[in-house]
Amino acid sequence: MNGFAIEAEELSRSFGDFCAVDRVSFRIENGEIFGFLGANGAGKSTTIRMLTGLLDATAGAARIAGHDVRADRQQVKSLIGYMSQRFSLYLDLPAWENVLFFGRAYGLSRPQVRERGSQLFAATGLTGLEDTATSTLPGGTRQRLALACALLHRPRVVFLDEPTAGVDPIARRWFWRLIRSLAAEGTTAFVTTHYLDEAEYCDRIGLMAEGRLVALDTPEALKRRYAPAGGGEATLEDVFVAVAGR
Amino acid sequence: MNPAVAARGMARRFGAVQALSGLTFEVAEGSLFGMVGPDGAGKTTAIRALAGLIDLDEGEARVLGRPPSEARESIGLLPQQYSLYRDLTVGENLRFFARLYLLPREVHARRARRLLEATGLAPFEDRRAEALSGGMYKKLALACALLHEPRVLLLDEPTSGVDPLSRRELWTLLREFARGGMAVVLSTPYMDEAERCTHVGLMHEGRLLLSGEPRALLADVRADVCEVDGAPRPQIENALAGVAEVWSSAPAGSRLRLLLAPGAAAQVAATLRPIGAALRPVAPRFEDLFIARLREAA
Repeated sequence: MNGFAIEAEELSRSFGDFCAVDRVSFRIENGEIFGFLGANGAGKSTTIRMLTGLLDATAGAARIAGHDVRADRQQVKSLIGYMSQRFSLYLDLPAWENVLFFGRAYGLSRPQVRERGSQLFAATGLTGLEDTATSTLPGGTRQRLALACALLHRPRVVFLDEPTAGVDPIARRWFWRLIRSLAAEGTTAFVTTHYLDEAEYCDRIGLMAEGRLVALDTPEALKRRYAPAGGGEATLEDVFVAVAGR
Repeated sequence: MNPAVAARGMARRFGAVQALSGLTFEVAEGSLFGMVGPDGAGKTTAIRALAGLIDLDEGEARVLGRPPSEARESIGLLPQQYSLYRDLTVGENLRFFARLYLLPREVHARRARRLLEATGLAPFEDRRAEALSGGMYKKLALACALLHEPRVLLLDEPTSGVDPLSRRELWTLLREFARGGMAVVLSTPYMDEAERCTHVGLMHEGRLLLSGEPRALLADVRADVCEVDGAPRPQIENALAGVAEVWSSAPAGSRLRLLLAPGAAAQVAATLRPIGAALRPVAPRFEDLFIARLREAA
């Protein structure tokens, strides 16, 4: 097995004449927190759908932990988790029922779900909230529940889609501390967001524009590279506008 | 003179949830007021109350001195969920809304032209709404909400799900509307957008934690805000574990951003010196302000 958690190699996808993703290549280390940014329509979603095996590439390859996404679809499915704070939970179910649901979806046995679920509830501060209706949980708590559900099957790579949108700053910091400790244990986080302060939490950032990967570096290096001519530090928004600007 | 928009002690409960509990603020003509706060803080309920779409248990909403239901023709509303006709073109959607507002044809033509120019949608007039990007779709919805030239514009999370470029354009537009004399009230969960408003209120649990002009608020954070570098971040975090004066910490790229009790910077710098890490003060942001005020309130 090679050392990378996620690899994209000249990954491309066309829809008719339109090239949504154009020869995108990157390698993401185990335990890395990778931020994936770009304007609406820049090819982010298409790339993620290819990385997660939901959409076939028209050219190039994607690998998760060395497994080709197309050839080893089942294997890849067991290696990845997906979390979106706004959409991924059943709000009318109690918190624990969500865990049972996702556990079954990932093919875990009942005892496995119970064991791993309780562990994750403890780690994410959810213990005691098992029977609470998900709809009544505050945003930050709901978000940790969504994360716990995405981690039940111990994925090597977790895809986080705008993970802290709408969450208060204290809950948000707690959430990122969790992600960081997961990363320290070797789990890789692939984060998409429109919010550039969220990108500050990432080890490296990839920026998409018109289907191409146009920048790939640490937040510091990007801010240095696009520093204003008069001195001072660029913000990530300045970087974004400079790189993805029309 | 009456403020363009007033929330006076607005309270509303939905079952067990107290969505608003004494929300009070005023917005003058020509101001851009941002209600900033996390999901569940009551932002959507406040916008709906100001638009006259829900009743209040207590308090009142006023638009140009009148109850919102009597000021409908002066209100433009962009809700979070809005519907355009996806199979109609940009121009056809505008025409549809113009008829809804009973605008004479030449009035519509003039306003539609101006709004298409202002929003940058002019080149896409013949494109079907479903083929627009997220940011452009939102701008079309905004244009439709502005056709009747309201004096008050209410927007519920207009920037959610919009990329940073389109977001910047949207803010530029809103500032122009305010400069033209409109009163703009919007909600956003994103603290970093507070600085773009002329006036801002930080929402928490159905009321304002504080409000005022962004600069004045940031000048009064009552905490030390610093960034640390010079050592690996985990090492810095270890050195600071259990230091009570560190209210909050967050990575800022490879550095660590700290929110400290007022006056604690020197002591924390001393704690970090042995591992070779150094502290430098940085400008506070609204997130720092929010956390500092919640600490004070607790």
